Amino acid sequence: MTLPPQAPNAPPVQPIFELIEVEQVFEVPKPGRPLFSRDTVGLRALDGVRLSIRKGTSLAIVGESGSGKSTLLRVLLGLDKPSGGRALYRGKPIGEARAQGTDFARDVAMVYQDARGSLDPRMTIGAILAEPLRHFNIVPPEGEAQRIAHLLDRVGLPVDAAERFPSGLSGGQVRRVAIARALASEPSVLVADEAVSGLDVSTQAQLLTLLQSLQRDMGLTLAFITHDLGVASYLCEEIAIMYLGRIVETGPTDAVLNAPAHPYSAALRAAAPQFFEPLSEPLPGEIPSPLDLPKGCRFSTRCPVAQSDCQSKDPQLGKLGSGRAVACIHPITQA
Amino acid sequence: MSIQTPEAPTTLPPAAPLDTANRSRRSVFVRRPFFTIALIVAVAYLVAAIFAPQVAPFDPVQQDFNVMMQPPTAAHLFGTDSYGQDILSRVIYGARFALIIGIFAVLIGAAGGLVIGLAAGLSGGGSEWALMRLIDAILALPSLILAVAFIAILGQGVDKVVIAVGLSMIGPFARTVRGDVLQVRVQLFIEAAQLMSIPYLRVVWRHVLPNVIFPLAVQVTIRISEAILVSSSLSFLGIGVTPPTPDWGLMIAEGRDFVSFAPWMSAMPGFALALLLIALTIVGDGIREEFDPKLRKDP
Ligand SMILES: Nc1ncnc2c1ncn2[C@@H]1O[C@H](COP(=O)(O)OP(=O)(O)OP(=O)(O)O)[C@@H](O)[C@H]1O
Ligand code: SF4
Ligand SMILES: [Mg+2]
Repeated sequence: MTLPPQAPNAPPVQPIFELIEVEQVFEVPKPGRPLFSRDTVGLRALDGVRLSIRKGTSLAIVGESGSGKSTLLRVLLGLDKPSGGRALYRGKPIGEARAQGTDFARDVAMVYQDARGSLDPRMTIGAILAEPLRHFNIVPPEGEAQRIAHLLDRVGLPVDAAERFPSGLSGGQVRRVAIARALASEPSVLVADEAVSGLDVSTQAQLLTLLQSLQRDMGLTLAFITHDLGVASYLCEEIAIMYLGRIVETGPTDAVLNAPAHPYSAALRAAAPQFFEPLSEPLPGEIPSPLDLPKGCRFSTRCPVAQSDCQSKDPQLGKLGSGRAVACIHPITQA
Repeated sequence: MSIQTPEAPTTLPPAAPLDTANRSRRSVFVRRPFFTIALIVAVAYLVAAIFAPQVAPFDPVQQDFNVMMQPPTAAHLFGTDSYGQDILSRVIYGARFALIIGIFAVLIGAAGGLVIGLAAGLSGGGSEWALMRLIDAILALPSLILAVAFIAILGQGVDKVVIAVGLSMIGPFARTVRGDVLQVRVQLFIEAAQLMSIPYLRVVWRHVLPNVIFPLAVQVTIRISEAILVSSSLSFLGIGVTPPTPDWGLMIAEGRDFVSFAPWMSAMPGFALALLLIALTIVGDGIREEFDPKLRKDP
């Protein structure tokens, strides 16, 4: 008997998050159902998602609107239980990890896209930041004010912001507060949903610089949802591209964006010649409804290089070279 | 093909200066003259009520058969009633009862409404349904009818009126609280708190409650006038406070028989009641418009 050979360049480190064939099906009212009917259909918001997030990495999750990015985050955070597959945090099911005390909540912090909505409007910024400090016993009570000042300084806000209410801050400042609150619990994983979208370019750049320096200095693991390939390539070492509920390509950001293997990644890349511009109308053809996924490959209805077998086989995310994976039967190979 | 990453600034520029939250807005009192006048009137009632013994020229229950049913004179500015009691003094003391009954009844209603509304808004499912049907059933009756029913159970007297009117107002308060809870509990900051694994009851205490208490406080100021009106109606019907308590409703009722030849007996307390109700309504509306961001016109 011999032990299975271990890949020489794959150190046996356990990923922080691991998603194995994760599915999330929402029961939604059947379109065109008669009044008072209770017919529902399953909406496959996530379908066969495979993803592993290593410690200390920064991962961008990119995809069109409705591709399931936020649904994926909610599964990662343990807010929703996936309807199929396994979602693991350090080897344990996420739901279980979350139920066992406060360690998971302390270790995994979230920055919401709607930062203003995620802050209690009746609390001062100081009280908002004090909440995680107290809840997780981060500092003794007498050190609280100093820690709050430190957090505000860390995200580039003046100390007197502590006395203000969220309504007195601008959009960019509110995002900084949301980041500061996420950092208050001294997490090792920071999850952010569109943390810089909707801001003007210079504010975006400031926040990106901030996030990047935080990630470097504190060794944070970063999972960052974005519409913007420029943001992804600036901030994240790795990228995961989603299409209709499945991750269709993953790998190092530079490699994937320079030489996309999935026709969808290539199309995204081609549609965004100017980085730091939101993807407007990236691709010809309409994105199919998640209620009615195309047969075979989900991208076959829009794929410029589709072949006959694409309609019959549904490609899973499979390995392609070093650290990359693609869900395509006929991946693009660089000539 | 290469990825061009735009040069992001390497040092963090200072964040833009904070908005001055207290932008020099013109004072509420200048912007809302009616509110100011109404507030002055309401405060005058309050002062009269608190300092009634000092302000009133006579003892409100001192009967003097020599001056029965006198029209307004220099000695008795509002005239006297059929027992020779000074109507001005009775009106001033009446403010005491009106405000005490109004404020305490509303507090009872608000407290009960807060508990039921919170329970209904947070529980969801079957228990919410049951609570709301109960409230609907109660709400189908106007507060006056309900208060009459409670008085029938409790008996008469100032304390009973406070309780009866308070109980009759629980329904409307519960409904508004529940509406606010339903709005607040789906807000992102609630989810954010739960994401931090903050226990549910603490989330309710720290995040839900403060966000519903404030609109409730505004409701309280608005509904004081309703409570006063209901309590006066009870006295007018002769089932509220008992004579010779100087209560406006009671005084109006007493003067009813003499309306053709001594109209001041009903008119004076009636006028006092109407003025207070109008003032309280304007004050309440002003407070609501001032603090409810949805109604606020100027930024
Ligand atoms: N709670 C839910 N019930 C029913 N359907 C849902 C629910 N949440 C998400 N969906 C559906 O799942 C799909 C994926 O939604 P999701 O919010 O994850 O997309 P997204 O990639 O985050 O989009 P965006 O970029 O617009 O935020 C959508 O079709 C959406 O309508
Ligand atoms: S499997 Fe076929 S249809 Fe799907 S992306 Fe690859 S080439 Fe296109
Ligand atoms: Mg989303």
